[in-house]
Amino acid sequence: MWACLSRCDRHVARVLASTALALAQAAHADETDGEWRMPARDYTSTRYSPLADINAANVRQLKEVWSFTTGVQAGHEGAPLFAGGLLYVVTPYPNHVFALDTAGKVRWKYEPKTNPSSQGVACCDVVNRGAFYDGGRLYFNTLDGQTIALDAKSGKELWRTRLGNIEVGETITMAPLVVKGKVLVGNSGGELGVRGWLVALDAKTGKQLWRAYSTGPDKEVLIGAGFKPFYDGERAQDLGVKTWPPEAWKIGGGTVWGWISYDPELNLIYYGTGNPGPWNPEQRPGDNKWTAGLFARDADTGQARWFYQFSPHDLHDYDAINENLLLDLPIGGATRKVLVRPERNGYVYVIDRASGEVLSATPFVHITTSTGVDLKSGRLQYNPKTEPKAGRVVREICPASPGAKDWQPTAWSPRTGLLYIPHQNLCQDTGTYETSYIAGTPYVGATVKMYPGPGGYRGEFSAWDPVAAQKRWSVKENFPVWSGALATAGDVVFYGTMDGVFKALDAKSGEVRWSFHTSSGIIGQPVSFRGADGKQYVAVLSGVGGWAGTVVSGEVDTRDGSAALGFVNAMRDLPKYTVKGGMLHVFALP
Amino acid sequence: MSLRCLSLALVLCLAPNFVRSTELRVCAEPDNLPFSHQNQSGFENRIATVLAEEMGAKLLYSWQPQRRAFVRKTLGAGVCDAWMGVPADFERVRTTRPYYRSTYIFVFGKRPLRSFDDPDLAALRVGVQLPGNDMAATPPGHALAARGAIEKVIGFTVYGEHPAAQRIVEAVAKGELDAGVVWGPAAGWFAHQAALGVAPAKPPAELAALPFEFAIAIGVRRDAKELRDALDAALARRTGEVVRILDQYAVPRLQ
Repeated sequence: MWACLSRCDRHVARVLASTALALAQAAHADETDGEWRMPARDYTSTRYSPLADINAANVRQLKEVWSFTTGVQAGHEGAPLFAGGLLYVVTPYPNHVFALDTAGKVRWKYEPKTNPSSQGVACCDVVNRGAFYDGGRLYFNTLDGQTIALDAKSGKELWRTRLGNIEVGETITMAPLVVKGKVLVGNSGGELGVRGWLVALDAKTGKQLWRAYSTGPDKEVLIGAGFKPFYDGERAQDLGVKTWPPEAWKIGGGTVWGWISYDPELNLIYYGTGNPGPWNPEQRPGDNKWTAGLFARDADTGQARWFYQFSPHDLHDYDAINENLLLDLPIGGATRKVLVRPERNGYVYVIDRASGEVLSATPFVHITTSTGVDLKSGRLQYNPKTEPKAGRVVREICPASPGAKDWQPTAWSPRTGLLYIPHQNLCQDTGTYETSYIAGTPYVGATVKMYPGPGGYRGEFSAWDPVAAQKRWSVKENFPVWSGALATAGDVVFYGTMDGVFKALDAKSGEVRWSFHTSSGIIGQPVSFRGADGKQYVAVLSGVGGWAGTVVSGEVDTRDGSAALGFVNAMRDLPKYTVKGGMLHVFALP
Repeated sequence: MSLRCLSLALVLCLAPNFVRSTELRVCAEPDNLPFSHQNQSGFENRIATVLAEEMGAKLLYSWQPQRRAFVRKTLGAGVCDAWMGVPADFERVRTTRPYYRSTYIFVFGKRPLRSFDDPDLAALRVGVQLPGNDMAATPPGHALAARGAIEKVIGFTVYGEHPAAQRIVEAVAKGELDAGVVWGPAAGWFAHQAALGVAPAKPPAELAALPFEFAIAIGVRRDAKELRDALDAALARRTGEVVRILDQYAVPRLQ
């Protein structure tokens, strides 16, 4: 086993040294091609499988070969993993872990001891976005703030480290990323006065190596001599303190609950920070650094290299935690190393990933909250007419707080040169005072009501050409597309809908070639792998929920439109289409 | 109960978590004085005891912190039948008639602060509660921002050890803050113990529509009309004792 591991590690190292494009081309030679070791499949976050047995012509024959009920009712946002011949699934809270063989037999189950009160702290359902397989170990996080390492063969616990403190509102929902023997983990809970951070743990022992905060003095943000942001606005000392009213940075948010990518050549990791909080905007004047932006950090030391702020002084809850696709694209006559980010504020950003320069920022949805991005200063140009103010009714705020897209990750196919973006089409009104109440204290909140954007549909699956900065085709969906996307070398793309349809599309034309109905809606991340029998499989978790689907998984009263932070208003009819409950579905050709 | 219930609505009786008349199941925070505490020393605990006695019901507690979606996870999940002390116009529950009405108050030390019109407002170190949810400040938070008091305002989140109001009052008592603008019932008792000055907070003129006063009631599930009526009747019969308890805990009240 050890001999195999070191051999596999060499393979991994070789793959990591290549770029996304090269990865796809070198595909057939590599035995890890058939595996899916992390939610995004690779460090460049492409969610692209080099397997091509299932293709646009034969996908219509795809059949479910088995399914497995997880026994958990909350929203299943996770990605199943496949490595070393086993499939791994982490459920939402209580964060059970299952290992199954390719025939669907459970090999082991692991139940972490967790604190149930974490469920009341989590903002938007008790989701978990997946695990990470590395070197025979499985790493995952629990809602109550722990990171746990398991032996992947036996399910035996190797170590556990408590990172979050639920007493102050901290939870963990993200999937960890393991880079060069370090497990990277960030926190959730930005609305509750939590200060965001990313931590690196020693993968061997679980011991903390460094912690980079998203607010506060440079020393604690890990900003030092090597910090070279592209724009002037980020170049001054202690901006994580100075762009806030005194003390406000201590509870300022900027949590790290989304995706991390890694470029081995530049030795940089990339991840976004959540919205500022918990103050309303008028009480926290300033840019509120380093929230709602993107950090590039040294993968070894965590020291910041550059930062770009998508939404300075965020007004709309536009967390900037979305996925970062590291691609090498022909732009302006040369191949540029870029980071592509379909962002919550409604723009697809193409950013030079070495320098942090924004090369383009193009709207991919209807936007009223801003008028564009000034490429000279890098700044988002806010529209003052849609600025929420206490006591003032503001209509047609587009995109709504969940953004043009939320956490649900995009896929990229090097064969078509297209991004496949699952997203929303939602706007919202913020209203006048409505009595709200927490912990013995009555107060007034702004009522928020979300509704479908122009066209009357709530979700969309868009194929986007990042070089031409153009939408090539899209499929409109009744509900927000809250699932991840999967692209394959067979030129098929997959995604699921909240009303429970798993779809395969022709990656070039967008034509629907196959669909499968699940009893619960899909908000999970589809994956593909080659089983021990040599066959290509596609797998996805169904189990509706998440912020968008709380109306089903949490049985929220549909009469209360402002529930789930206003999302219920847009989702009242979802319970008519689907029921809750988690299930793993595995598909193959006959 | 069962006969009366049958004649009223069979469906309610068959619902799995329907209240039995012999029990009053209250959800309460385990560490949120002066409202409630696991050792039942809060004023809402004392009022619940009086009401349960009046109703001839056994008082049972489910100790649950009021976090996000607490209505759904407590009353909604059938864990309990009542939350003491919710705003009377809190739409997510059915409420009794209010049993008191209070306001946000200024709490201050040596340097009195009684109005948002105070010329030195922006220069004072002022603490406020931060509810966190819904991108919303407390009404005093909005008022301070409207008056340009931002630099020296400090937010105390509702999450953390001990209630935010207690932490604010302690900071005023120690001189770390000049004042706090805090929900009266939460701060009154601590301010009284620390012998600090208090004054009702009136909204500044330009924010006259912003409510600083709230009527407080008991919340039950929206379908629990019968329980609501029983609680209303008990509140009416034991008003004197309820008022005495509120006095003992220095709960500031408006008529």
